Amino acid sequence: MSATKQVLTKPIFANNPIALQILGICSALAVTSNLNTALVMALAVTVVTAFSNFFVSLVRNQIPGNIRIICQMTIIASLVIVVDQFLKAYAYEISKQLSVFVGLIITNCIVMGRAEAFAMKNPPVISFLDGIGNGLGYGAVLMFVGFIRELFGAGSLFGIEILAQVKDGGWYQANGLLLLPPSAFFIIGMFIWIIRSWKKDQVEEPEYVLAPNSKKEAV
Amino acid sequence: MAANNDTIGKTLTVTILLCVICSVVVSAAAVLLKPQQVSNKELDRKSNILAAAGISDPSQSVDELFSQITTKVVDLETGKFTDTVDPATYDANKAAKDPAQSVKLDRGVDIASIKRQAKYMPVYLVQSGDQIEKIILPVHGYGLWSTLYGFLALEGDLNTVVGLGFYSHAETPGLGGEVDNPAWKALWPGKKVYDEGSMDPKLHLIKGSVDPSSPKAVHEVDGLSGATLTSKGVTNLVQFWLGENGYAPFLANLKAGEA
Repeated sequence: MSATKQVLTKPIFANNPIALQILGICSALAVTSNLNTALVMALAVTVVTAFSNFFVSLVRNQIPGNIRIICQMTIIASLVIVVDQFLKAYAYEISKQLSVFVGLIITNCIVMGRAEAFAMKNPPVISFLDGIGNGLGYGAVLMFVGFIRELFGAGSLFGIEILAQVKDGGWYQANGLLLLPPSAFFIIGMFIWIIRSWKKDQVEEPEYVLAPNSKKEAV
Repeated sequence: MAANNDTIGKTLTVTILLCVICSVVVSAAAVLLKPQQVSNKELDRKSNILAAAGISDPSQSVDELFSQITTKVVDLETGKFTDTVDPATYDANKAAKDPAQSVKLDRGVDIASIKRQAKYMPVYLVQSGDQIEKIILPVHGYGLWSTLYGFLALEGDLNTVVGLGFYSHAETPGLGGEVDNPAWKALWPGKKVYDEGSMDPKLHLIKGSVDPSSPKAVHEVDGLSGATLTSKGVTNLVQFWLGENGYAPFLANLKAGEA
């Protein structure tokens, strides 16, 4: 596998930003109650990560080490505002549903994490691809979670009815918990479990091991 | 990537350049996309008003449909139309936050928990000749988690409900969020707000389903199951806005032909 391809595909399963690096969980809970918002959010994060990686990498040799985080933040924040403005202009309905979460991409650890960990040390083009790869990895989890939540929580996919709900005269009693943010925790947990059962090398060594009892108990 | 990047001169140059470039990009995006965003917002507001009034026709655009609607501004204190503000640009939600354009509500009367109320409110009229066919009133109030913003449309008799729709809220999906469910919204048309000869709003949500044989059924709408507080909030906001601190004086004037 060529290095370029690896940069692009590795973050999807092997080094997934949510499942392995455990970054960007917050927005993954908030925007996955249906697939439309999950898809747009995934695209927005991909665009921001890719371009922020690109621009950070472009100026990486000029950025003073002392203020590098602030410089990265400035670039990321500007890109997020531009994306937000575009969504408001061309995808108004979706941007209303995503509301504040587009602005919160600024604080999404994936963007910052990739800028600091990858773009500061690599040339622009490969950094750009790394951004796309990580965006896709984030998007894969979002779509997975969104798929389960919308299908079993609202009986539809992309707003199209799949399972006819009881309240609309069908047979399916929707699981309301899945529409609430906490359900995403369970689903992300299961996602991590599945990935780690498949790719055993992701399982971490236990940090602490319980010591055996040193004395026999009285009872 | 040498240490000389950390000199004061270099730090300042990089910071200033970076900030200037970023601010140009951000301002350009904001300015260039503004017209498109404003028209989106306007379109959204118009389609919400049309939806509450039950006006829909897929063959016509929102703007064409909206051309049959007249926007007027009402002074809530006098209950009469006013020309003080321009209906085309007036933003009641913004005005409600401005102390100069709003009044603080006492706890006792503020049943919808909105704290401040704009002095002027826009109303939307569907007219044929001089006759008012439908009137659409903006309403809002607090539910469980959020303020619900919506429109309530009444028939020309200023008593029968045409429809109620919320365009912005953050109630629990699947429970309070069911205020958006078309099946629930379909319960509203035909309900009466007031009793004959009174301006005291009677319309409210009840727990469970309405018994159609009950004499009070005309003032009752099914509550949302599992969403007692959202249901209460909807009752409160309907009663507040159609009560004496809301549109009741205006509706009375309009009925008497003195608005």
